Amino acid sequence: MTAVARVYKWEVAKLLAQKRTYLGIGAAMLVPVIFVVVLQIQSGGPNDVPLGRYIRDSGIVTPLVVLLFMSIWGFPLITALVAGDIVAAETQNGTLKTILTRSRERGQVFAGKALATFTYTLAIVVAMGVVGVAAGSIAWGFHSFTSLSGTPVSAGRGLGLMFASLAVYALPLAGIAAFGLLLSTITRNSAASVVATLMFALFMQLIGVLPGTEGIRPYLLGTQFDAWHGFLRTPADWAPVIRALWLSAIYIAVPLFGAYVVFLRRDVAGD
Amino acid sequence: MTDETPVVARGLVKRYGEIVAVAGVDLTVERGDVFGYLGPNGAGKTTSLRMLLGLIRPTAGTSRLFGRDPIEAGARALEGVAGFVEGPRFYPYLSGRRNLRLLADYDEPTTRSRIDEVLELVELRDRAKDRVGGYSHGMRQRLGIAASLLRAPRLLLLDEPATGLDPAGMRDMRDLVRRLAGEGITILLSSHLLYEVEELCNRVAIIRKGSIVYQGALGELLATAATGYRLKTREPARAKALCLNQRGIENLVADGDELRFSADEDAVAALSVALGQARIPILQLTTDTASLEDLFLGMTDGESSDHDRPAALAAS
Repeated sequence: MTAVARVYKWEVAKLLAQKRTYLGIGAAMLVPVIFVVVLQIQSGGPNDVPLGRYIRDSGIVTPLVVLLFMSIWGFPLITALVAGDIVAAETQNGTLKTILTRSRERGQVFAGKALATFTYTLAIVVAMGVVGVAAGSIAWGFHSFTSLSGTPVSAGRGLGLMFASLAVYALPLAGIAAFGLLLSTITRNSAASVVATLMFALFMQLIGVLPGTEGIRPYLLGTQFDAWHGFLRTPADWAPVIRALWLSAIYIAVPLFGAYVVFLRRDVAGD
Repeated sequence: MTDETPVVARGLVKRYGEIVAVAGVDLTVERGDVFGYLGPNGAGKTTSLRMLLGLIRPTAGTSRLFGRDPIEAGARALEGVAGFVEGPRFYPYLSGRRNLRLLADYDEPTTRSRIDEVLELVELRDRAKDRVGGYSHGMRQRLGIAASLLRAPRLLLLDEPATGLDPAGMRDMRDLVRRLAGEGITILLSSHLLYEVEELCNRVAIIRKGSIVYQGALGELLATAATGYRLKTREPARAKALCLNQRGIENLVADGDELRFSADEDAVAALSVALGQARIPILQLTTDTASLEDLFLGMTDGESSDHDRPAALAAS
């Protein structure tokens, strides 16, 4: 195992030993369950959102509709919970100096932390997806459904498209995670980093709804949370997906690089 | 690389805006030293130790561990070096053993095989499966030593290892340090417990307000102040008159019914005979040795600016 892989392994182990990780993943799994239960009790539905009208057609639609509701603050908050904490908590607890006085370079420690953060980000999205499909299928069955273009999508293909959508959705979320990691490295304060990361995500959404921002709207981070809609059209619309890929790469790379530079040079003083 | 000096710091400065935490520290720790680093709280001990380990960047100056600068060489500079600053810190939600496994994975692969051995050494083997969150302060200090020893260090930096321990814990810590020194490990030990330093260290540096005010052999430091005697008699006035005429009795001071003076052993021997012949009853004739504590307080209370000559300060 390489040095970074060993650091990564322990970063994941540390996450798995902390309550906040389970709080985050638990929340991600609970939301689709609540969503399904409420729709079982009530007769109406989220008719004004994409795919909302077909929510009772198939369990596969459940996570896709939930994605939409959680992109405003649900997923950003759950992401920030870990991303904002992963360096700052170690600064506050003094364990950062413990691991930085061993044989691993700072860059290796940072790489392990960044990889663990992105792993968690992907895990919460996948966890929501799997639970969503399961809960939705129990309520309404595992059937074919209607795409955004009005054409039928078979259950098998729909499941594949759903996971592809989750993957594309995880990209802008990773941008938020990278921003959280930057704040976590700079501020050395876990709570402040978590809150400020959430504020950043809300701010990116807010710019998108202000009048006069139509020109830049396709390039905002918040907009990329809808890129997966391209998969649900017939034929598939790749333009938003590709834009989400490179734009998210920028939104990830810039704060990640900043965090890396700060982490390499920063003073590791006490609490 | 093994022939390099364990610690060479030159002109270390750390400034935080207006505040100067460390104002130009030179430190040299030779192989085999048990080096005591003394200073009041806030004098800059911990900040300079952090710079030695590369945890913080000096504003100016360099530090080298076995010839390697941690700012330039990164983690490679810490090869053969282990220790902790400001108390060892661990992940409270992991067990003692898991913490050590984690740290071993941040080290060279061979380190892992030593976990049981070091847990045994610090007598934590029975509690190794418990979470560190439930450990007492003393257990954490011991786990800190264990974590350092995992690296089989040639240089051990310990920042106040006995602070907060109960008397038995302090004694155990001293025994452990002595034992490690006996195994040939060079030790840099910061402390404000002077008797601990007096008992363990062969060389010391005293830091005050960010600057080193003394650095050298502990024995020499103590010797500079060990020349005084104290005389208590039934008849201080007559004794004083006699002393004034006695050869080799210098710096005579009357202090209540006590006399203090400096002299060599022969002069003191002659004095005691002379006092007897003059039928002046001696109640006490003792050496008036300055302890490290006296010297330390003299050097760090800011009574004098003459930092280079501790004897002058201690003679007051």
